[in-house]
Amino acid sequence: MSDPAVAVTGAKSQRPTLTELFAAFVGVSISGFGGALPWARRMIVERRGWMTAEEFNEAFSLAQFLPGPNVVNFSIVFGQRFGGAPGAAVAILGLLGPPVVIVTVIGVLYAFYGDIDALGRVLTGISAAAAGLIIAMVAKMALPLFRKGIHFAPVVAIVGFVAIGLFRWPLPLVLIVLAPISIALAWVRR
Amino acid sequence: MRDDSPFASLVTLASYFAVLSLFAVGGANAAIPEMHRIAVEVMHWMNDRQFADMYALAQVSPGPNVIIVTLIGYHVAGLAGAAVATVAMVGPTCVFAFFVGRTWDRFKDAPWRAAIQAGMVPVSLGLIAASAFVVARAADHNVIAAAVTIATGAVAYFTRINPLLMFAVAGAVGLAGWL
Repeated sequence: MSDPAVAVTGAKSQRPTLTELFAAFVGVSISGFGGALPWARRMIVERRGWMTAEEFNEAFSLAQFLPGPNVVNFSIVFGQRFGGAPGAAVAILGLLGPPVVIVTVIGVLYAFYGDIDALGRVLTGISAAAAGLIIAMVAKMALPLFRKGIHFAPVVAIVGFVAIGLFRWPLPLVLIVLAPISIALAWVRR
Repeated sequence: MRDDSPFASLVTLASYFAVLSLFAVGGANAAIPEMHRIAVEVMHWMNDRQFADMYALAQVSPGPNVIIVTLIGYHVAGLAGAAVATVAMVGPTCVFAFFVGRTWDRFKDAPWRAAIQAGMVPVSLGLIAASAFVVARAADHNVIAAAVTIATGAVAYFTRINPLLMFAVAGAVGLAGWL
């Protein structure tokens, strides 16, 4: 835990208490517009020095590969590492508590005002933009994958896209077939 | 709201989202097409426009984008639905992450671990690409809307502008009635 980067920032790496864990993930959740990862990194690596950049990347790559929302997995992996089961529990409560309350209020308001034409027009604009954000994310993911020359990767990605996006096949069915094939191809090429 | 019993709706919500939780490889965005398939095409809980609205609301709310399930749950079965959908969507994956997180470091150098990681990345990529397609199809009803999608994609790819700013501009374009 004695990383030079931590020493430079003057932060002392130490184990966060449960209260600190909870507060940290509340902070990540309510500032996490457009992806909570940058906020989590700022909080954990730069401000508090709880993890080095390498430790953070390692934990986050695990969170990305696990099923389910990445930042949710990260809060569990991180909370568990520093505080066991109670740590994981307070981290996830901090991460999801405030947003769920806020979005529920939004849901109530939408149930009342969702039919208002102006609101519908604004939301249509936002979802058109949101689709663009996902496209950018796809491009950013695809580039290193294709550049590294992992030859089976484009085929697997395209098959997944067609099965889910165009044919609208059920996700569990597609994954049960596609994931083992993709892992086997990665294994053969290792 | 559907006309079947509230309890049946809760059970349906819980079972769909609990399964989805464990198959959402690549995060919340990878699960969007399946959520759309269930909510719009299979269960007819809502129409395309309502789904796109909820996706937009989840985007502009603080916190992880997965909270779209809270909105879907509320729409289907009120406050109980919101709670059930949220817990079902994050519960199983949390338990899984908890146990894998404890043991994963032990297999740091195992070749099968590297193969699993390398194999899952293109699968996630395909799912997220499908998500972009599903959201775009629900939102883009004309050429201008498609142009907003493409422009936002380019801006997000080449710059580090805050997404909220892009949402504000796109929302204003929508309000002007061009979409």
